[in-house]
Amino acid sequence: MKKLFSLALALSLVLSIAGLVLAQAPSGELEIFSWWAGDEGPALEALIAKYNELYPDVEVINATVTGGSGVNARAVLKTRMLGGDPPDSFQVHAGQELIGTWVVADRMEDLTFLFEEEGWMEQFPEGLLKLISTDEGIWSVPVNIHRSNVLWYVPAKLQEWGVEVPATWADFLAICPTLKEKGVTPLALGENWTVNHLWESVALAELGVDGWNGLWDGSKAWTDPDVVAMWDTFGQILDCTNPDAASLSWQQATDLVVNGQAAFNVMGDWAAGYMVTTLGLVPGEGFGWSAAPGTDGVFMMLSDSFGLPVGAPNRDATIAWLKLLGSAEGQDIFNPLKGSIPANLNGDVTNPDLYNAYLRSAAEDWKSNTIVGSLVHGAVAPESFSSNFATVMEIFLAGRNGEQASNAAQAVALQAGIGK
Amino acid sequence: MSAQTTTTLNTLVERIRLRRDRLTAILMLSPSVILLAIFVYGFIGQTAWASLTDWQGLSANPVINFIGLENYNQLFTGLLDVRFRQDLVNTFFFTVFFLAGCLGMGILLAILLDQNIKGETIFRTIFLFPMALSFIVTGTIWRWLYNPGGGINRLPTLIGLPALEWGWLTDRTQIWQFNWQDLPAIFALVVAAVLAFVAYRHWRGGRRRPATISGGIAAVILIWVLAGGAASVQTVPFPEKHGFNIAFIGIILAAVWQMSGYTMAMYLAGLRGIPEELREAARVDGASELQTYLYVVFPLLKPITLSAMIVLGHISLKIFDLIFAMAGADNATTDVPGILMYLTSFRANQFAKGAAIAIVMLVMVAVVIVPYLWTTLRSEHEL
Repeated sequence: MKKLFSLALALSLVLSIAGLVLAQAPSGELEIFSWWAGDEGPALEALIAKYNELYPDVEVINATVTGGSGVNARAVLKTRMLGGDPPDSFQVHAGQELIGTWVVADRMEDLTFLFEEEGWMEQFPEGLLKLISTDEGIWSVPVNIHRSNVLWYVPAKLQEWGVEVPATWADFLAICPTLKEKGVTPLALGENWTVNHLWESVALAELGVDGWNGLWDGSKAWTDPDVVAMWDTFGQILDCTNPDAASLSWQQATDLVVNGQAAFNVMGDWAAGYMVTTLGLVPGEGFGWSAAPGTDGVFMMLSDSFGLPVGAPNRDATIAWLKLLGSAEGQDIFNPLKGSIPANLNGDVTNPDLYNAYLRSAAEDWKSNTIVGSLVHGAVAPESFSSNFATVMEIFLAGRNGEQASNAAQAVALQAGIGK
Repeated sequence: MSAQTTTTLNTLVERIRLRRDRLTAILMLSPSVILLAIFVYGFIGQTAWASLTDWQGLSANPVINFIGLENYNQLFTGLLDVRFRQDLVNTFFFTVFFLAGCLGMGILLAILLDQNIKGETIFRTIFLFPMALSFIVTGTIWRWLYNPGGGINRLPTLIGLPALEWGWLTDRTQIWQFNWQDLPAIFALVVAAVLAFVAYRHWRGGRRRPATISGGIAAVILIWVLAGGAASVQTVPFPEKHGFNIAFIGIILAAVWQMSGYTMAMYLAGLRGIPEELREAARVDGASELQTYLYVVFPLLKPITLSAMIVLGHISLKIFDLIFAMAGADNATTDVPGILMYLTSFRANQFAKGAAIAIVMLVMVAVVIVPYLWTTLRSEHEL
C-alpha cells in the first residue's frame, strides 16, 4: 500500500514536472507581423535568432510588409484583423495608434499581468507607461525609443559657411538668406510625410510643451491665435527648403546635408542609423546633431511596440516573445542594430561597444528631458486624426493660409473626438 | 390508330427532351448566376448600405447607425472633403486627355501601319507591347523616368544642355481654375448649349416642333442662369478653387503610352475591314486622299471609336494602380477617387465614407457603361 502510494506520488511529480516543462516551452508556429524590412531587417532577425535559441520548438514566421512608417503594413493588418485572422503579434506605434485603433475596438489583450510578473512597472519610465495604458490596462510592450525632434548638420560645413546651429526658429529664419546667397539650401526636406514631420518640431517649438500636449487632450483649440501664428512661421520655414522636396525620400534629403548641398535637416534619429550604418560616417565628426530649434530639453518620442491580439493562434509562444522583447537583454540585442535606444531603463546604454556616440547622448536626454509624444508617428493622436492631418497640410500648402488650416484641423479634431 | 399513337409518343418524347434541355441549361447557368449574385451584386448592395451609415473604426462589435445621405452630403459640400472634389476634377481632366491621347495616337499609328509598309508586324508588336504590361510595371518604369535626379530630366545633358528642373509628378501648379460654387451655373450652361445644338439640328432637318421644344428649354435655362438662379444653389460655404493639376501630365503620358497600342489595334482592324471598293469609288469621284479619310474612312470607324471610348473610359474613371505605383498614395497633386477611397477606408478607418466614395465611382462608371450596354443589347435583338 505504501509502495503504491509512493509510486503514485512519484508519478504525479513526474507528470507535474512534465506539465511545467510543457507550459514553459511553447511550441508550434509564431507569426510576427511588422514593417521592418530592408535596413531595419537585421535588428528584427537578431531578435528572432535569440528567440529560436531560447525556444527551439517554435517556428517563427517573419511576416513583413514593406513601406515606410508602416503605411502598407497597417492596411494589410486591418484586413486580416477584420477577417478574423490576426497574426500572433504585430508591430504598432506605441500610444494612440494602438489604443485609438485596436484597444477601443476590443481586439487587444490586457498585458498588466506580464508587466507585473516581469517587474517592468519599475523598468519602464512612467511617462512611457502612461502612453501605452488606459484605465483598463496596459496594451503593448515597447521595444525601442526614437526621437523625432532632431536637427542634423555637418559641423565642418557650417564652419565653412560661417553659420551657427540655430537655437530657435527665429534664428534659423535669420540665417536662411545668408545660406541661400551661398547657393546652399538652408533646410533639406523630402516627400509628403517628412513635411508633417518637420511641422511637429516647429509646432512643439512655437507652442511649448503645454501647448503641444494641450492640442491632444483638448485643452487647447487649434483656432487659438498662437497656433495660427505657428502656421505662418511654418510657411516661412518652408520657403527655406529645396524645391524638389516632394520627389525625394527622407534618405535623399539626408544625403543633401551630407553632400553639402543643404545645411540642415530635421528628421527622426533613424537618420543617425542611416548615416552610421549605410553611409559609414562617424557621429560627431561626419555629422552633428542638436535638438530641433526651440525644443532643447524636450524629447519628442515615438516607440515601436508589440501587443497580444485577442484570438492570437499561439498565445503561449506570443507571451514568450513579448517577454524577450521587453527584457533588457532583448532590447540590447535589438536597439544597437536598429539605431534606437532601449525603452527598458535597465538597458546597457552607457556601453560604447553596443551604442554609438549619438545613441549614448540620446539615452542621456531620454532620462533627463521632458517627454512628449509624436503626432506623425502615432503617439499622441488616433489614426482618424493623423490620417486626415495630411488633408489639413494639403489645405495649408495649397493656400498658405494659417487660419484656414487651423479651422480644418479643428474640424478634424472634433471628428476624431480628441479631448473627449 | 397506330399512327396516332406514334404521333403522341413522338410529341411526348419531344416534350421531355425540351424539358430536359431547359433543365440542363438552368443547371449549367445557375452556379455562375448564384456566384455573380452574391459576389458582385450582393457586395455592391452591402457597400451601398454601408455608405448610408456612420460605420467607422475597427471594433469587433461596431455600433452602426443609419444616417441617410449624410456621407454624400459631406463629400460634396463638407469643409474637409475638399480633396474629394479636387479628385473628381482630376478624374474629369484625366479622362478627357487620356481618351483624346489614346484615340489620337491610336488612329495615327493605325493609318501609318495601313500604308503597307515594310516590317508592319514588327511595328505592330512594338506598339501593342506596352498593353501587355501591368499598370504597376508601367508605373514603376515611368516613376524612374520622371525621377528629378535622373531619367528624362537628365536627357538634355547628353547634348551639353543644362538638366531640366521639371517636377513631373510633384509640381503644385494648377491651371484652368474655377470656383466650385460656379459649378451649377457651368453645368446649366453646358446643358443649355447641348439643347440649343439639338434644336439647331432639328431645325435644319425641318422638324419644327422638337426644335421649338428643345430651343425653348435651352432659353429657359439660360434666363435662369442669367437671373442668378444657378448662383443661389448652395454648394460649399466658401469659394473653393479647383483646376487641372499640371502634375497629371506625367500620369497622362504614361497611361497613353500604355493604352494607345490597344486603340491602334482596334483601328487597324477597322481600317482593314473597309472594302477597297469604297475608297476606289471615292477616288473615282475625285476625292483627295485627305477627303477620302474625312468623308469615307472616319465615318465608318465611328463604332470602333465608341467602343474604344467605353473601354478606355471605364479604365480612366476607376484608375488606381498606375497612380499608386507612380506617385504613391500620399502625393496629393495626383490624387484620384480610387486612392482617396483606399486612404479613407484603410488608413483613417472611415468605412462608411469610403463606401460612399466607392458608390460615387460606381455611378460614374455606370453612366458610361449602361447606355452602351443598352444600345448593344437592343441592336442585337433587332438583328
